Amino acid sequence: MRPISLTVNGHTHAVDVEDRTLLADLLRDQLHLTGTHVGCDTSQCGCCTVLMDGDAIKSCTVLAVQAEGAHITTIEGLAQGPDLHPIQAAFSQCHGLQCGFCTPGMIMATAGLLSHTPQPTEAQILEGLAGNLCRCTGYIHIVESVKLAAQTLQEKSA
Amino acid sequence: MTRHGCCGHRLWVNLRFDHAGFLSAFPSPATSQRKGLGDFFERVSMYPFHYQKANSVAQASAALARSGESRLLSGGMTLIPSLKHRLIQVDELIDISGIPGLSDIRMQGDQLWIGAGATHQQVAQHAQVRAFSTGLADLAGLIGDPQVRARGTLGGSVANNDPAADYPAAVLGLAASIVTSHREIAADDFFKGMFATALAPDEVIEGLRFAHPLKSAYAKFRHPATGYAMAGVFVAQTDAGAWRVAVTGATDGVSRWPEAEAAAGQSPADLRFVHDGVLDDIHAPAAYRTHLVSLLYAQAVTRLS
Repeated sequence: MRPISLTVNGHTHAVDVEDRTLLADLLRDQLHLTGTHVGCDTSQCGCCTVLMDGDAIKSCTVLAVQAEGAHITTIEGLAQGPDLHPIQAAFSQCHGLQCGFCTPGMIMATAGLLSHTPQPTEAQILEGLAGNLCRCTGYIHIVESVKLAAQTLQEKSA
Repeated sequence: MTRHGCCGHRLWVNLRFDHAGFLSAFPSPATSQRKGLGDFFERVSMYPFHYQKANSVAQASAALARSGESRLLSGGMTLIPSLKHRLIQVDELIDISGIPGLSDIRMQGDQLWIGAGATHQQVAQHAQVRAFSTGLADLAGLIGDPQVRARGTLGGSVANNDPAADYPAAVLGLAASIVTSHREIAADDFFKGMFATALAPDEVIEGLRFAHPLKSAYAKFRHPATGYAMAGVFVAQTDAGAWRVAVTGATDGVSRWPEAEAAAGQSPADLRFVHDGVLDDIHAPAAYRTHLVSLLYAQAVTRLS
């Protein structure tokens, strides 16, 4: 086992991991942050998406040891305080989910997209979510959710 | 970045199967890290390996020379899936992502230097890269998906030389130089067919040097599931009257297309892609890929800038 330290949702954790432990498994099994889902394990579905130093990444395809010293944000850490984050609220309001399994990944990918493209076009939204799969609804309501989230965030920052 | 010759044809076939979602194509693991989900949901775990960080290119090269079965780890966007599916087993992973300066992008005189550790996202969003070669910046933005582009690196893609990867087309099309721990290699001498390169077992790519093209463009038909190039064509006017055309995805390794180069930025109706190694697999028959290459060349030519 190897000791590593990383910051998750603002809290610094010192943990022991195997060299081969995946970041997704560290988050779920050791830190009990089970909002990060493992949907495919083949780097395709994006359900395990978290922010690593601000970038959306697939935590099933990163070793925990590679995240040494990194700042990770998971779905549990997106909202500040008791209210939903505007992206979460937008997904709720626009019915951007059905079973909800892909939703944490969709929301974290959206957070990554809006951090560098705050007013995305529809094409940019589709490209921004190209690494995430939803098997329930199709993507129409998801795209609507991202548009509403972008608008809300813009209004908040104005 | 992976070592020269690390991957065989079998890996390539399996990876394509994997990315298409046929997980059942893989052998079941004897054991799993995970308990409690029942046998049916048991996950494959990687074979154990030892992980170390390198602080310099020289240290990484020395570590490669020293250990048995070892690989460099940068973004890991191919390497980690390969480990997870037990397509490869390594003793040692040497993480080069923390080497200072390895991901720098800067001008060197009138040439562009991109460090081996630069991510696809960095290259796609870098204003200097776009001003230097539109085709190169566009290509970087077409690789995989946003999460992959945030981690995957230029050096890793070039060293792996996946026949369906995008970067080899730009590197060959722009006649870049591959600068390593040992020497400088011209793109024309670097790519040696499917997953094979001129790299020695302990050779580490430091970065790539590009000369300024007059015009360039890349056109790609991406596989809808994997994001890899079913075919991709990079066209560059490297000098007045000098054209280079590189084709990826369609054949058993990136290659130049002399007939298209002779067409000098035009797309004559009778231009046909003829090549001995056109791929013919579950994703597309050879005739389909051949046709795609011609269409993509014509498309790239209209986008030259």
